[in-house]
Amino acid sequence: MSGVFDAVIIGAGPAGMAAGAVMAERGARVLVLDEQAAPGGQIYRGIEAMPAARVAAMGADYAAGAALVARFRASGAEYRPGAMVWQVVPGEEGHEVWFSIAGKSRCVVGKSVLVAAGAMERPVPVPGWTLPGVMGAGAVQVLLKAGIGAERLVIAGAGPLVLLLAAQCLALGVRPLAVLDTTPAGNFAAALPLLPGAVRGRGLGYLWKGLLLQARLRFGGVRVVRVTDVVLEGAEAVRAVSFRAGGQVQRIEADIVALHEGVIPAQQMTRALGCAHKWDEGQRCFRPVLDGFGNTSVHGVLVAGDGGGIGGARAAAQAGVVAGAEMLRRAGRVDGVGRDAVAGPALRDLAAEVAVRPFLDRLFRPAGLPGDEVVVCRCEEVTAGDIRAAAAQGAQGPNQAKAFLRTGMGACQGRICGPMVSEIMAGARGVSMDEIGYYRIRAPLKPITVGELAAAGDDGDD
Amino acid sequence: MFRRFDAASVAFTFEGMPVMAAAGETVAAALLAAGVRSVRTTAVSGSARAPWCMMGVCFDCLVEIDGVANRQGCMVVVSPGMVVRRQVGAKDLG
Repeated sequence: MSGVFDAVIIGAGPAGMAAGAVMAERGARVLVLDEQAAPGGQIYRGIEAMPAARVAAMGADYAAGAALVARFRASGAEYRPGAMVWQVVPGEEGHEVWFSIAGKSRCVVGKSVLVAAGAMERPVPVPGWTLPGVMGAGAVQVLLKAGIGAERLVIAGAGPLVLLLAAQCLALGVRPLAVLDTTPAGNFAAALPLLPGAVRGRGLGYLWKGLLLQARLRFGGVRVVRVTDVVLEGAEAVRAVSFRAGGQVQRIEADIVALHEGVIPAQQMTRALGCAHKWDEGQRCFRPVLDGFGNTSVHGVLVAGDGGGIGGARAAAQAGVVAGAEMLRRAGRVDGVGRDAVAGPALRDLAAEVAVRPFLDRLFRPAGLPGDEVVVCRCEEVTAGDIRAAAAQGAQGPNQAKAFLRTGMGACQGRICGPMVSEIMAGARGVSMDEIGYYRIRAPLKPITVGELAAAGDDGDD
Repeated sequence: MFRRFDAASVAFTFEGMPVMAAAGETVAAALLAAGVRSVRTTAVSGSARAPWCMMGVCFDCLVEIDGVANRQGCMVVVSPGMVVRRQVGAKDLG
């Protein structure tokens, strides 16, 4: 693993796999590092090990991931699973990537670094969301992909994953008790003007899939209710979810409640690298500023996939090809014409994939910010009211809120509360999201022991 | 709660109690499948927590694994004989 790689790719989801494959297939020396035990990212998680019948139950879009994983495996790209990247140091000659496998740290150098770290679920700060048994819908889906189904499950949220997860649970014989649709009332009317744009490219296919999923749930006897004011009840663990529907407060007893309000880019690594980010009002998230080939503001550092803005798995794979082509050029493997020959078809497919996004983003745009009593920083147990009070006392932004409250200073290093703290601070101070900014993120990106840090050195001969 | 679709064949312990996991499964997934509701308590209020994200983001699945604290249960694959303990509140530095 020693020497300089043409590219070090962080993440083996669709973007990372596609970039690694397209480069390795053209003779480039590529290293793909991934934190999971098998390739696929979150979206194609567990696909190699899953029995065929269950793959079919998960749906065609999931099953399609098997071909990309197989192509990646066969491409000749070096692949290290179980690798946790804790620091990336940009340099003139190449970029150092520090990572840990099984408690041993090492460093490799890449002419380019591709951050293909994907998305995370948007936090869903509602009363009681820290109770055991309350999880992200994505988390329940992760378990499903590991062969574990949630029973006495209520799914509450908005977005494509809500319907998909409910349908997947149904197909695997664990029927959800109910789906609580939290899509705000005015959203459909607001999204309607964007519908003509959404039927272009592959948009119609995605819209059709949404309607099919709804029909499948109806025929499967899953109760779907439009709701507001979701509250989780329980002491040591969740016991019930209450909500307002049809002008009345209702209540369903449940063992597991899956919450979901869409996904947002995982920005920890690009923030730590010092990449410029910009607020995306349409997707209601920060995203790294990228050019058409995935280059960030930091020379030689690229981003592909949902980490650069939410487009879904197929868009991520196309963006991976585009970034791979650009990294082939940066490594001197192809010239500009050669890059464009590889990237061109992928750029066209990418445009077709994301045509539906503005409509979906507006349709599933979450409602406002949490009330004062709701915990925002799960680690340090800081409420939205605490953050508003800190703003009133003169905290100028998220980093000063840290100093006032310890928000963002717990184990998750601000991953969960960061997006909410920025929004709450911007709202309280009446300034834009770009002005309020985000937490300053520093290495190590994940905890490593002091002993491991001390022993960290150049890569051995393995 | 949770139900397994496949048999579990890897034995480990949680708080000294025997737990079975499927091969290749993470610690957090195995604990949830075994009916464990909460895997840790918080350092601030001592309230009970369980995995929220299952993908390495939230750190609410932190447990002690083979004597090392602050391990992300959702990112560590179970190995036979692994000793997993609840991570309880803040460390006493006294």
